[in-house]
Amino acid sequence: MAETPRTLPGGRLLEPQILLYLDGVTVSFDGFKALDSLSLVLEEGELRTIIGPNGAGKTTMMDVITGKTRPDSGTVLFQGGIDLLSLDETAIARLGIGRKFQKPTVFDRLTVAENLELAIQGGWSLARLLAGRLEAAAEERIERTLETVGLAELRAEEAGRLSHGQRQWLEIGMLLVQEPRLVLLDEPVAGMSDAETAKTAELIHRLEGRHTLVVVEHDMHFVRELGAKVTVLHEGRVLAEGPVDAVQSDPAVVEVYLGRS
Amino acid sequence: MRLLLVLLALLAAIAAPPARAQDEAAAREALAVLAAGNLDAMEPAIGTIARSGVPWAEPVLRGLLDGRLLARQADRAVFLRTPEGAILEVASGAPAEVEARALRPIRINNRLRRTLEGALGSLTLASPDRTVRLAAAEKLFARPDPSALEPLEAALAREADPAVRAAFARARAAVLLDHGEPGARAEAATGLAESPSPAVLGKLQAARRALPADVDPATVAALDAAIARVETRLRLLEFAQTFFQGVSLGSVLLLAAIGLAVTFGVMGVINMAHGEMVMLGAYATWAVQQAFRAFLPGALDWSLLAAAPAAFLLAGAAGWAIERGVISRLYGRPLETLLATFGISLILQQAVRLGIGATNREVVTPSWMSGFVEPVPGLALTTNRIVIVLFAVAVFLLLLALVRATRLGLEIRAVTQNRRMAETMGIRTPRVDALTFALGSGIAGIGGVALSQIDNVSPNLGQSYIVDSFIVVVFGGVGNLWGTFLGALTLGVVNKLLEPVAGAVLGKILVLLALILFIQRRPQGLFALRGRAAEA
Amino acid sequence: MARAGLGRPALLLVLVGCAVLLVPVLNRLVPEGSAFHLEDRLVPLFGKYLAYAVLAVALDLVWGRAGILSLGHGAFFALGGYAMGMYLMRQIGPRGVYAHPVLPDFMVFLNWQELPWYWYGFDRFPFALAMVVLVPGALGFVFGWLAFRSRVSGVYLSIITQALTYALMLAFFRNDMGFGGNNGLTDFKDILGFPIASPDTRLGLYLATGVLLLLALAVAIHLRRSPLGRLLVAIRDGEARARFLGHDTLRAKLFVWTLSAVLAGLAGALYVPQVGIINPSEFSPAASIEIAIWVAVGGRDTILGPVLGAFLVNGMKTWLTGAAPELWLFVLGGLFVLVTLVLPKGLVGIVELLPRRRAPAAEPAPRPAEATGG
Ligand SMILES: Nc1ncnc2c1ncn2[C@@H]1O[C@H](COP(=O)(O)OP(=O)(O)OP(=O)(O)O)[C@@H](O)[C@H]1O
Ligand SMILES: [Mg+2]
Repeated sequence: MAETPRTLPGGRLLEPQILLYLDGVTVSFDGFKALDSLSLVLEEGELRTIIGPNGAGKTTMMDVITGKTRPDSGTVLFQGGIDLLSLDETAIARLGIGRKFQKPTVFDRLTVAENLELAIQGGWSLARLLAGRLEAAAEERIERTLETVGLAELRAEEAGRLSHGQRQWLEIGMLLVQEPRLVLLDEPVAGMSDAETAKTAELIHRLEGRHTLVVVEHDMHFVRELGAKVTVLHEGRVLAEGPVDAVQSDPAVVEVYLGRS
Repeated sequence: MRLLLVLLALLAAIAAPPARAQDEAAAREALAVLAAGNLDAMEPAIGTIARSGVPWAEPVLRGLLDGRLLARQADRAVFLRTPEGAILEVASGAPAEVEARALRPIRINNRLRRTLEGALGSLTLASPDRTVRLAAAEKLFARPDPSALEPLEAALAREADPAVRAAFARARAAVLLDHGEPGARAEAATGLAESPSPAVLGKLQAARRALPADVDPATVAALDAAIARVETRLRLLEFAQTFFQGVSLGSVLLLAAIGLAVTFGVMGVINMAHGEMVMLGAYATWAVQQAFRAFLPGALDWSLLAAAPAAFLLAGAAGWAIERGVISRLYGRPLETLLATFGISLILQQAVRLGIGATNREVVTPSWMSGFVEPVPGLALTTNRIVIVLFAVAVFLLLLALVRATRLGLEIRAVTQNRRMAETMGIRTPRVDALTFALGSGIAGIGGVALSQIDNVSPNLGQSYIVDSFIVVVFGGVGNLWGTFLGALTLGVVNKLLEPVAGAVLGKILVLLALILFIQRRPQGLFALRGRAAEA
Repeated sequence: MARAGLGRPALLLVLVGCAVLLVPVLNRLVPEGSAFHLEDRLVPLFGKYLAYAVLAVALDLVWGRAGILSLGHGAFFALGGYAMGMYLMRQIGPRGVYAHPVLPDFMVFLNWQELPWYWYGFDRFPFALAMVVLVPGALGFVFGWLAFRSRVSGVYLSIITQALTYALMLAFFRNDMGFGGNNGLTDFKDILGFPIASPDTRLGLYLATGVLLLLALAVAIHLRRSPLGRLLVAIRDGEARARFLGHDTLRAKLFVWTLSAVLAGLAGALYVPQVGIINPSEFSPAASIEIAIWVAVGGRDTILGPVLGAFLVNGMKTWLTGAAPELWLFVLGGLFVLVTLVLPKGLVGIVELLPRRRAPAAEPAPRPAEATGG
């Protein structure tokens, strides 16, 4: 386990390289604890994969970080001390935290390029939304992102006509175009073909270093391919943390995945 | 009328304690005194007749009071003229063979008139007819007459019927309150306070004002205490009455809203034609009653029992058709569903308006549902409303049992919580949708049966309840039966409690504004389902 | 997304402008004997349709674009109408039946001694005009803020908009509200000094309404082409997702909602002098739902659809309620069912579909892009 700072003088994180800090986060639904005093620390520029059986609380953790779900208790700090729990979804997104949902959610009736434009306008004021046009820099960013996620040819296509994999990439593109500090990807390769999965892994490797990334995945093959530090969640808690190989041979993890009796 | 008089006389002869022979003779003598026309002598004669116990005392004295007691100049024989003009023998009540021209009405003056009224009052107190005795007591209570005290006490002593006894006691207390000794007044006030009513309150207040200045403080205190007690009891009674009205309104709302809540829960759509399901149920009630009138007039009182299943089936079938024909085709488009069902509601209303008529249809309240019960004195609850409350609760419990204990209920709950999951588990959601919709509509139809008892059956019937039903659903939370139950009762009671304070219209406006504010705090309703399904 | 005509918005406006001008041309330039001559008495009728068209455009802004089905837009329309009605009442002055110098007839009838405070200022047109904008706008803003802030949406929102207009209807029915109760405001004499019933004034009012319609359309066109317009579509199809992209969806919704309320209020203000009366029935929930059917018949989220729908449905209503009144409700009800079932894009939708795509009719109903996890 990583060393976690126990005290936070003045509400500030001790170490400046820490981008996201979760401590003691508990979420319960009608008495059932989806997150049970969860703690997690992410460093700037890190790529982290999170695995865990169904219902482990992975998505709920992202809900808490992005402001969709309010925890019953706990601390969630971003970038040297910003309290995420006091902000709503919009404000959190504007801080530079982007999220791809488990179920791909793009706007089916807008074209691929329009989806990206919409994403880029995320922080715009009302007046700008009413009168504004995209600057050249933004147009260029969209172009670059289209290239990055491999959808340049499909820029004028309605998103509703894309394949499942392409929609996942578009959604990732919508995050990237906002140039976020932290990218949260919830099961980015679920339902993808092997070729698509490989392409996605490649994409994530390209992003590594430029953004801090959290990838939630079930597909162990894909997780190995990413080769990053892994956190195993189980019943709302961190069960194990470390390199893929170490985690995979951890008897506690094996037991959870192969079933207890 | 004559026949009635004869009958009454006969009845009196049978039922009244037989007059003793000497009393009868004295009464006959007194009759002759009356015929003589000496005003001073008449007063004791009236008393004699009144006390004699002869069966003809009451008609004769009343005749004297009304100027229908006639004397024959020649022999001072006395005859009675009925209000219709027939001349009768006094004693037998049989038609008399006399020449009308020879008869003169016996004249009286105002003093005698009062004496007569008093005497008649006490005479009716002894009447064999229960309602007559009750009416006499009421009259004495309203206009207490000190001379009636004695007969009243006598009547009280021999009365067996508890209701009449209570009425006599009240009348006696009223007399004492106005004319008794201070001590008796205090006692009477305390007694009267036991049967609180606005009239009692008025009497007590008047008596309090009429107390002489030098009366002892104990009497004053007793009266004040009685007044305070009656006032509190009256307020309580009034509250209970309002509360009951609220509960009965709430139970009607429950019947109207619960189907809406169930379908909203299962399908996430609002059926704007739901009010018309209520309306169809009310018309079914009317139609069944017409059929009974034509073919089974003897069982007319029980037509409501047949109407309930008929209304359920008619509205349920209509609901099923709407679901299959329209709503299922708009799956996933709740706003369009709302508009389409509004169109259906327009069509149904207009169809009934043209087919059956725009005027109100009357559904007769069966005799077993009319009248009222009085659980505590002064609190009259109409039977039809009590029946409606019980009926609504029964329907609610039935539905609860159905949802809890049957296969369909299980499926309904599953689809409400997570439609997609239910689908993957092999539940045929279209079938569940259609059945739920039919069920919800059928219950609305049953609500129409209840409504036909307290509201006009007209094509607009559903419209007057639909807004309230929506409010219930919003307050109660989606697909939550107990929430709907509490929401309906709360809304009914709040509506009725606000009415006297703010007026019906302002009360309704306040409720609507409260709804708009309420939904801020709890967008998913008071008793919202929580969980992942509710998030979507 | 309907994009037909978007490339030529100016042309579209010119087209509508010409159509609007048809009435004055047929009324004034075509000689009276001609078969094409339009009688004076029909001018306010078309003026009324124009006001309805503005109302439909207003509703389409929130419903077609942002997916917020208001069942209470009649309330904003009626409030604008009442504000104008109050000005017109004050213009009557001592010419009322009771000849009171200040109090409108109904107040004299109710034995009121002085003008309620909220009637002050309405004798001046600029003030009344400001109220026409401010009252519906403020109500829309406050209501929208309350509703959107707590994320009330979908049918829930529709129901509470209905509750809003219903509550207002009940309130305006009350005599002691001071708005004429049941009978509302009527018996107007003149507007800005012009006799209200004269053919010239009526034509003027008609033209003013036409200008308002063109303005409303220009606003709608601009909105559709702006980034905000696209954001509204995104909100309609997946509001949560838009929020996670950093969009302040509350502010965007509140803006169109309030804008739409103001437009509706302006429409109401021009409607009242042309029909000569405003009463609480304009607040009735049924009246508000009817607006939705105009929009649906014409075509949601299109530019011309609401205008077309308002004219067609109301034209049909005028004709049928005269020719076969008992049929009208069947037709109206049938329209609701038919349009939602078989014409989800309305009449404009048909036209659009014809020359363009191969089989876009088979396009599935938009699945809301809900941002639910897991
Ligand atoms: N809104 C909610 N209401 C009730 N329970 C919820 C809610 N959201 C999540 N849960 C429950 O919390 C637990 C954790 O859910 P979560 O979606 O975080 O799991 P997960 O790790 O993402 O699983 P999966 O791999 O299936 O996506 C699950 O048991 C889930 O049923
Ligand atoms: Mg998940």
